Amino acid sequence: MKPMDPVQKRLLQEVADLHDIPEGAYNLRANGESVGRNTTANIDIKSKTDVSGIDIRIKDGTKNESVHIPVVLSESGLKETVYNDFYIGEDCDVLIVAGCGIDNCGSQDSQHDGVHRFFVGKNSKIRYVEKHYGSGDGSGQRILNPVTEMYLEEGSTAELEMVQIKGVDSTSRTTVAELKKDAKLIVHERLMTHGKQRAESIYKVSLNEEGSSADVVSRSVARDDSYQKLDLCVLGNTACTGHTECDSIIMDNGRILAVPSLEANSVDASLVHEAAIGKIAGEQLIKLMTLGLTEQEAEEQIINGFLK
Amino acid sequence: MLELKNISFTAENSNEKNEIINDLSFKADDNKFIVITGPNGGGKSTLAKLIAGIEKCTSGQIILDGVDITNASITERARMGIGFAFQQPVRFKGLTVYDLLRIAAGKQLSVSDACVYLSEVGLCAKDYIKREVNASLSGGELKRIEIATILARNVKLAIFDEPEAGIDLWSFSNLIRIFENMRNTAPGRTIIVISHQERILDIADEIIVLADGNVVRHGSREEVLPEITGKGYTLNACKKLS
Repeated sequence: MKPMDPVQKRLLQEVADLHDIPEGAYNLRANGESVGRNTTANIDIKSKTDVSGIDIRIKDGTKNESVHIPVVLSESGLKETVYNDFYIGEDCDVLIVAGCGIDNCGSQDSQHDGVHRFFVGKNSKIRYVEKHYGSGDGSGQRILNPVTEMYLEEGSTAELEMVQIKGVDSTSRTTVAELKKDAKLIVHERLMTHGKQRAESIYKVSLNEEGSSADVVSRSVARDDSYQKLDLCVLGNTACTGHTECDSIIMDNGRILAVPSLEANSVDASLVHEAAIGKIAGEQLIKLMTLGLTEQEAEEQIINGFLK
Repeated sequence: MLELKNISFTAENSNEKNEIINDLSFKADDNKFIVITGPNGGGKSTLAKLIAGIEKCTSGQIILDGVDITNASITERARMGIGFAFQQPVRFKGLTVYDLLRIAAGKQLSVSDACVYLSEVGLCAKDYIKREVNASLSGGELKRIEIATILARNVKLAIFDEPEAGIDLWSFSNLIRIFENMRNTAPGRTIIVISHQERILDIADEIIVLADGNVVRHGSREEVLPEITGKGYTLNACKKLS
């Protein structure tokens, strides 16, 4: 296995909270190639033969195990599309950590488009954490366009934590989910854009069988001249419950278009959406200033808390 | 010592000027527990905000320990040791009770230290420490957390704007015990409380009666209390003085 350079290690820490090689199953990808892989008795990882990417297969009954598949890009001008498929057996309980960090100090755009498909078996539970991060002061853009597809079998649960806090110039995030009987999807998205960044986040969640439920919550902050479009749609096709929420703080010249939408195709579907966009309340700043913070420090605390 | 010299405050609303504080002066000595009372609309909350720097005087001077703080910002005044507990505490999405106490303390705060402050205000720490200071908390819970943020700061001058409002189910004796503890743990600390409550007036060293934006009476509890509670109704203060 190739050793990672300090920039790659820093990116790895940002996206996967890893200081070095993780325990358990993992696949590390740096600058377009695999730099390390480990499989366990229950979790197998194989490279795809037709396209770039990997297949991750998790055996029935696998519990308390984790898979890390972070990607780091530190070369300017690298563009890649990677297809990763997760086949999760029945009665599993696993943590999957993905994420991509781009450091672009050059003048050419760097782009990573990850297409992740999850096939979650009956009564399995997964927690999926995806963090995106960009750094580097080159003029080349840092572009990430992740696609996440979730297919949840009967009684399964997927909890998604999608975080993009810093440094990604352009992103178009698409998440599609289809839920069977009694399946449950919980999404917590945290998004912050600054500078001239543009971010689009689109969710389409279909509640197809009885008892399925979805709770999709997005919290975002748009600073400077950045733009965000949040398009969260839940379709209720049967007796099901769905909730979407976009809650945003707008600052400076930021712009946000929030489109929480619901489509009920069954009289038994119970769906709710909420959306709120506003600047930081003056009284919140004042309260923290009476505790000794400057206005700027107060602002940072409020945003950090909001995006936590 | 806090000294207000001839301060006035005029609020402007759509070309209409409204004088809320009118040429008001008083001194608050160190180590005093002072209760400001008076009718609604008399300018009590505005006065508290002027001291904390949330509103700026139209004219006059505010002196803290010999330093003119009239033009000092909210932050500067906070760092000089002024603490202010809001009448209507602010809610924050995402910030936890622990975050707020940590910010108030201005340093790394251990969970056990944070728990001490919450226990002081009658909240079971383990139930609250990780809670967000958001709409899920009741008005009474927020009010107690607000008081805890003042306890977490080592303030020289603490101002409480109607601390008893909304905490009806929590006994007054606890609130009074907090004020007494605050005095005992920091000699020299001045506490100013805006209140209509007789039981808080009962523990005051001094009472200031504010009406129509000015001090209509300022004296020791022994002097002022009988004048405003002849029949035991503090809210009649103004009528009795007029």
